[in-house]
Amino acid sequence: MPLLEIRNLRKSFTLPDGGRHTIMDVPSFALEAGQHLALQGSSGSGKTTFLNLIAGILTPDEGSLLLAGKDLASLSEPQRDRHRALHVGYIFQTFNLLQGYTCLENILLGMAFGPGAQRARALDLLNAMNLADKAHHRPRQLSVGQQQRVAVARAVANDPKLVLADEPTGNLDPANAAAALQLIRKTCSDSGAALLLVSHDPKVLSAFDQVQDLSNINRASPGGAP
Amino acid sequence: MILGWMVRNSLRQHALSTAVTTFSISLATGLLMAVWVVKDQSHAAFTGFTGGFDAVLGARGSKLQLVLNTIFHLEDSPGNMAWQDFLDIKQHPNVELAVPLALGDNYRGYRIVGTSEEFFHKSMLGPGKKLSLQSGGRWFDPTLREAVVGSVAAQRVGLHVGDTFQPYHGLLFDEKSQHEEIYLVVGILEPSNTPADRVIWIPLEGVQLMGGHSAESATQVSGALVRLKAGAATTGFHLDLLYNKQGNRLTFAWPIGRVMAQLFDKIAWFDRVLALVAYLVALVASASILASLYNSMNERRREIAILRALGARRSTLFGAIIAESALIAALGALAGFILYAIIAGLAAIIIRAQVGIILNPLTPHWIMVAAPAGMTLLGALAGLAPAFKAYRTDVSENLAPHS
Repeated sequence: MPLLEIRNLRKSFTLPDGGRHTIMDVPSFALEAGQHLALQGSSGSGKTTFLNLIAGILTPDEGSLLLAGKDLASLSEPQRDRHRALHVGYIFQTFNLLQGYTCLENILLGMAFGPGAQRARALDLLNAMNLADKAHHRPRQLSVGQQQRVAVARAVANDPKLVLADEPTGNLDPANAAAALQLIRKTCSDSGAALLLVSHDPKVLSAFDQVQDLSNINRASPGGAP
Repeated sequence: MILGWMVRNSLRQHALSTAVTTFSISLATGLLMAVWVVKDQSHAAFTGFTGGFDAVLGARGSKLQLVLNTIFHLEDSPGNMAWQDFLDIKQHPNVELAVPLALGDNYRGYRIVGTSEEFFHKSMLGPGKKLSLQSGGRWFDPTLREAVVGSVAAQRVGLHVGDTFQPYHGLLFDEKSQHEEIYLVVGILEPSNTPADRVIWIPLEGVQLMGGHSAESATQVSGALVRLKAGAATTGFHLDLLYNKQGNRLTFAWPIGRVMAQLFDKIAWFDRVLALVAYLVALVASASILASLYNSMNERRREIAILRALGARRSTLFGAIIAESALIAALGALAGFILYAIIAGLAAIIIRAQVGIILNPLTPHWIMVAAPAGMTLLGALAGLAPAFKAYRTDVSENLAPHS
């Protein structure tokens, strides 16, 4: 059974004129446990919406979305929150680190909503990211590359079954981007987590063995499959 | 633990607005507590202190003025009464004790009151508590120009046993109106925490025969403190009828506590205004929590969205905002005790200096629990709107970047 299995998923938004705009229409999509897959798509193709649906941040209008054996559409919001905290790691383009917290606290907070904060594991992760001496620094005191590493550490802190990465290198220079990508893939491989990365950057996509075009998955994206 | 982190970080991030809001809450809490404690304690002190007497007899006029003048040594005398009137009340079969008082002079602003030795020996400051002298002193000889000085008056004007002084005419100090008579201080009262501490006591005849006083004053007194015999329950009613209803020369102020209670009834509006001010400050302080947290929600939308993306429940964030709001109010309420101590302490100092009555701001009072608890609850309620805003924050809209 795949780790992630999507069937007939549809999502639409209300337009300012009152009409409905369908942004996601995915007949089927699957991701196996431990699989690394890159999705390419242009701006407005629904990449972030797709990831937010998989994370349970958004709920589909129709269809089923099974993650780790549970249909997110059938879960209540608090149950989805819990499911997300336990099974999904999320890496954002802008890192989305909490500026008021230290690096260590950022990781601990991510753990606290899941299985519980474990200081030793958080410190181990920072150490693995070569950030042991930055544990008590705030994100703004770090370089962008270091911030991305903290974000990666936070995403894998709960040993998630699935890591979602939304343009994770979009804010990095080429050298840092390559390093960050390598780190994300290695970290996921080490922990056995599946990785679903979305990007429109050819360099990023070229690092993956498996790349799919979102327009082939999402019939609602511009130029999507009929 | 998560709530603790979130609240602590938010307070730290918004330190200035937290400090300002906390101060306004502390001001409200301190004011509320001070208004209630000073009101209740001063009411109890003024209506409860009688010096061990039941009534005051004096010239025709206001009962309140008579009590304030003879018991609390405030206000002007409503006039004098004849010595014979004093003898009549003293000899009444149901009167246990009548002590004459005569006044009309001061020493550097502190009242000089003429009385008999009975005043010292039979005044009751409380159960089993009487006036006493500091070591090295003695009571005055009624036939001599001697004085016993209250502890506050002695300290303020610098009089010691063995010192002499010349009284000034009138109740207000005027350097030009000094009497020629010289009085010797023979005793200083131990602090009694009563109005007696602010008075310079001399023999009754000293005031009556002071140079410059009218010839009539030699046969008059300003009033008489009256103690009724125990068990003579109807005597007060009888004398009230006799002097106040049937007669028209004298005033019988009885019972002293009820007369003073009338004063508080008259100034009750002032208490209500003070309480209203305190309530308004509390309301404004709570509103400032609401405004400060509500405004901060805009800048915290992204943080809230990130926390939600990490798995935080809406209810957790809602609780964190309520906890933050309540904590700000609770910190303010705690700090309110400092402001309370300052406000109530100053009020107590002023009341003691002006009247001689001691208030104790440290005495437990229900408002010391109710005000902090009420402010904390009000603070928590003020957090409802911001918490609801946090609760409704759309995660996907506030997680950048969008595609």
